[in-house]
Amino acid sequence: MANKLIISLSPHVHSGDSVQKNMYGVLIALIPAFIVSLIYFGVGAAIVTLTSVAACVFFEWAITKFILKKERTTVGDGSAILTGVLLAFNLPSNLPIWIIVIGALVAIGIGKMTFGGLGCNPFNPALVGRVFLLISFPVQMTSWPQVGQVTSYLDAETGATPLAVMKAAIKAGDASILEQLPGSFNLLIGAPGNCQMGAGSLGEICALALIIGLVYMLWKKIITWHIPVSILATVFVFAGLMHLANPVYANPVDVLLSGGLMLGAIFMATDYVTSPMTHKGMLIYGIAIGFLTVVIRMFGAYPEGMSFAILIMNAFTPLINNYCKPKRFGEVKK
Amino acid sequence: MKTFRIGGVHPSENKLSAGKAIETLTLPKQAVFPLSQHIGAPATAIVKKGDVVKVGTKIAEAGGFVSAPIFSSVSGKVNKVDTVIDASGYRKPAIFIDVDGDEWEETIDRSTELVKECSLTPEEIVAKIKEAGVVGMGGACFPTHVKLCPPPGCKAQCVIINAVECEPYLTADHRLMLEKPEQILVGVTLLMKAAKVNKAYIGIENNKPDAIKLMQEKAVAYPGIEIVPLKVKYPQGGEKQLIDAVIGRQVPAPLAIPINVGAVVQNVGTAYAVYEAVQKSKPLFERVVTVTGKSVKNPSNFLTRMGTPISQLIEAAGGMPEDTGKVIGGGPMMGKALANTEVPICKGSSGVLLMNDKEAARAEAQPCIRCAKCVGVCPMGLEPFLLATLSSYKEWERVEKEDIMSCIECGSCQFTCPSHRPMLDYIRLGKGTVGGIIRARNAKK
Repeated sequence: MANKLIISLSPHVHSGDSVQKNMYGVLIALIPAFIVSLIYFGVGAAIVTLTSVAACVFFEWAITKFILKKERTTVGDGSAILTGVLLAFNLPSNLPIWIIVIGALVAIGIGKMTFGGLGCNPFNPALVGRVFLLISFPVQMTSWPQVGQVTSYLDAETGATPLAVMKAAIKAGDASILEQLPGSFNLLIGAPGNCQMGAGSLGEICALALIIGLVYMLWKKIITWHIPVSILATVFVFAGLMHLANPVYANPVDVLLSGGLMLGAIFMATDYVTSPMTHKGMLIYGIAIGFLTVVIRMFGAYPEGMSFAILIMNAFTPLINNYCKPKRFGEVKK
Repeated sequence: MKTFRIGGVHPSENKLSAGKAIETLTLPKQAVFPLSQHIGAPATAIVKKGDVVKVGTKIAEAGGFVSAPIFSSVSGKVNKVDTVIDASGYRKPAIFIDVDGDEWEETIDRSTELVKECSLTPEEIVAKIKEAGVVGMGGACFPTHVKLCPPPGCKAQCVIINAVECEPYLTADHRLMLEKPEQILVGVTLLMKAAKVNKAYIGIENNKPDAIKLMQEKAVAYPGIEIVPLKVKYPQGGEKQLIDAVIGRQVPAPLAIPINVGAVVQNVGTAYAVYEAVQKSKPLFERVVTVTGKSVKNPSNFLTRMGTPISQLIEAAGGMPEDTGKVIGGGPMMGKALANTEVPICKGSSGVLLMNDKEAARAEAQPCIRCAKCVGVCPMGLEPFLLATLSSYKEWERVEKEDIMSCIECGSCQFTCPSHRPMLDYIRLGKGTVGGIIRARNAKK
């Protein structure tokens, strides 16, 4: 008996947490948003999501096996599936399959595997893929189908999104354009209201579904509140001040509930690998993302600024980590 | 309910032996006493082969101020003064005594009667504690009398008794409180007198409601002693965490020590040993040890004579299970894995934990996903992932700047890591190396 005792240093027990549990936990948190997208976009949502996931998993498997020549692939950890779902959620539901596959290749190939795979990528892979597509295929990436066309895919009728309406109001300097918005409650549940509008990317339309995901992730301790709350609070305050100064800027609640803000704040900015390590750092990161998002939305060329804001702050993450240290036990204020 | 402010984790408690009354273990055939079973200078043997000793005979003298004498726990003949592999895994000098009968030194009061009164001066109490070889019984084994002699310029304001027992599985302190509450309280009173303070707190985690209730009832008769129920959180039994939890003061980074914030922290087992040493003239030669594990037939708490081999405790608890993969001296969070079961019980042995094959194996490490959970749980406010990575790159200067020496090695980071990274292994390496660098630098000055 004694000759087979294991010797190792303490601790001898483990919480049972794992990379897989966290990745699949986030995927579970995305289920409400996926169900809503199926209800609103039907076939299109299913095709885009499945294509994106399959392509991401395939590229991760192929790259680890044939280019990196590793014996074991990392597909099982669930991170490629998550990248696939998040990429799909940031795409319009009428996007052709070949474009999605290119997006997946860029996300996994350039965004993640070139840096060494999971844990090493400086930028959020799904956003790298999304922004690449946005710049390369601006027309296809900015024509959003109207909700309720559950049987159509490429042939879906498109329309202007709430963000485009907000942008138009700012450009024209005319606050009455904002009356075309479907109203805060409809934005919250993702309903089109009484006007036929393009809703947006397939995962971002229902803020409520995303908030349910946030609550789940907080409950399961997958993420902490710091990043999403600091982003949302900053956007609310900044957009609120702008709205008070000039009513051509939409009211802050609509700003919060429209576009990719919830999806970005809850699921993209909180990506473990590319966000800061300390609570103080997370708050700085979140505030900066919120600020940049509103700046891009109100003063930039694009109607949506979330993706760019997150990618910009991803680049600052190492710097934030270097300067934001946790409060040491017993630290005396100098 | 009170607890410490930074970090912390919640390992499964698994207090399997909490309901088992303390049983007295039978005497070993041979008892082995390593000469360094405390922090500080090793003791010096004062017996030689062939000497006859009784229970309570001093067999080794303290090797300095920060040291403690060692007493025989058995009566019999000294077989040899040789070396033995102790719980740390190193071979160390030790005294071997062949047991013959059970004859005690006459000076020891063996009655079970509670002795409350004590007319000794504080200095006399400290001297008696020192002479009885009492050390911290929580595991660190720091000589108790040293803590009661504050360095110049420091003044104790309160005594804090560590009855937290935050390590999963262990129940020795819990049982001691249930079975010897009055003795503990007298011991605390003695410690207060020795430290010249009139306030003492006994911190108990609220997973031991029976102990909290009993101690609260009994403490009414002892002025100045307050029972502080604490919210269950590991590592609350860490000295600095306990002080923060109980009186809300944080001990600054090393070299600061608890007395700098006015606290003298003692383990509840130590308080009991102090009672026995001062009131019963009984030196420290036995203690309560928990023998436990999910596959163990009878998880138990044994009153064990020092020097008893661990194998005898395992036998008494129903034998070594077939599927044993790891034998741990202490609890699962900070205990040491033992290479053989002939290791003797020492002053700091609080438990023996048997883990089965499945529990014992570490999972394969995966890449760090930078989830920051280790930063969130670190009770010292450090960045474990960074300390581990820098240590693995041998960046000693940077790792010192990142306060690696503040790490208390509680293991919360590694416990919580989703990627199963062996962070604490690297941090220990870094601490060891940086500690050496600091000592060399100070020696040059």
